Amino acid sequence: MALKSPGAQQSSEFEQILKESTSELIQKVESGELTDAVNLIQRISDERNRNLYLEVGRLTRALHDAISNFHIDVGVSGPASEEMSQIANAADRLNYVIRMTQDAANQTMDKVDESAPIADRLRDQAHALRNDWARLVRREMKPDEFRDLYRRIDDFLRDTEDQSDSLSRNFSDILLAQGYQDLTGQVLIKVITLVQEIEESLVNLVCMASQVDQITGIKHEKTAKPEVEAHAPEGPIVNAKERIDVVSGQDEVDDLLSSLGF
Amino acid sequence: MKILIVDDFSTMRRIVKNLLRDLGFTNTHEADDGLTALPMLETGNFDFLVTDWNMPGMTGFDLLKTCRADPKLKSLPILMVTAEAKREQIVAAAQAGVNGYIVKPFTAAVLKEKIEKIFERIEQAK
Repeated sequence: MALKSPGAQQSSEFEQILKESTSELIQKVESGELTDAVNLIQRISDERNRNLYLEVGRLTRALHDAISNFHIDVGVSGPASEEMSQIANAADRLNYVIRMTQDAANQTMDKVDESAPIADRLRDQAHALRNDWARLVRREMKPDEFRDLYRRIDDFLRDTEDQSDSLSRNFSDILLAQGYQDLTGQVLIKVITLVQEIEESLVNLVCMASQVDQITGIKHEKTAKPEVEAHAPEGPIVNAKERIDVVSGQDEVDDLLSSLGF
Repeated sequence: MKILIVDDFSTMRRIVKNLLRDLGFTNTHEADDGLTALPMLETGNFDFLVTDWNMPGMTGFDLLKTCRADPKLKSLPILMVTAEAKREQIVAAAQAGVNGYIVKPFTAAVLKEKIEKIFERIEQAK
């Protein structure tokens, strides 16, 4: 952080007083003025306590602000407990994203499932007609067969018109189903902003707490990172280009497997 | 051929199912994680397993290892279709006895190629 927090200023003030008082204390002890020396120790102790109270007060206020910023329901205010916290709200928003993307994927697949047989049928009909048409061109067709072909071509043209209309409608539905991207994008941006705010507030809280630690002389033991289970799933890699431990696509998977004799 | 598709996302199961249908495999069944897949595999006489890796309950990697340790399922052809792209994971899957590995997102052509390759190898081994 570029600027010193009020807490940091306070503790350096305390440091200053501690330094000045220490040399004075040694002087008093050496010259045998013990009453003055004891009074000095009392003053240092009072100063330390005063700073500690200030820091704890600051920390409590910051914690309170952070909590009210996120509207975290702490359960103290009765009716407010029904109100949703922003965190719960964020989870709801992300569930909304899952729901929207799933619906869009299903709508798209429904329309593809509907369209594929239409295209298949048109191709099959055209293929059959083309074979008969070739026989007609080669003058291999009997008059009865020709009358049948004549009727089938008429049916086919009408069918093609109708079916093309359904295909166009399905394509337009598929296009519209992609509209989720705008909505989910907006929701995701809100959640990202919230996560950033929470991160910032937590960093501030940690900074303030470190001032209290300094005054009270509390030392924290480094907590070991929980061990990750071997080959634990990580999900999609979002920064594949910056990482050397992941493959960038199927070609690299194939190369890796063939290097293992696959 | 009877195929089991295991993925926790129904849309991905549907995509795989549709692609398999286009390749001529119509006898497909679905499960949403390893725990639901296992009893189906034990009793269902499946010929082929397509599984995701990252799933709640039991992952596809654990399902793979469980199948390989099971005398009935140890030679069942298994194709992994997953977003897991770490080299060590791919190596681990290969060592655990996977028959094919496809990273998402994938194409219909890749799925076809891998399935053909798996059955080609099985034919050769006979």
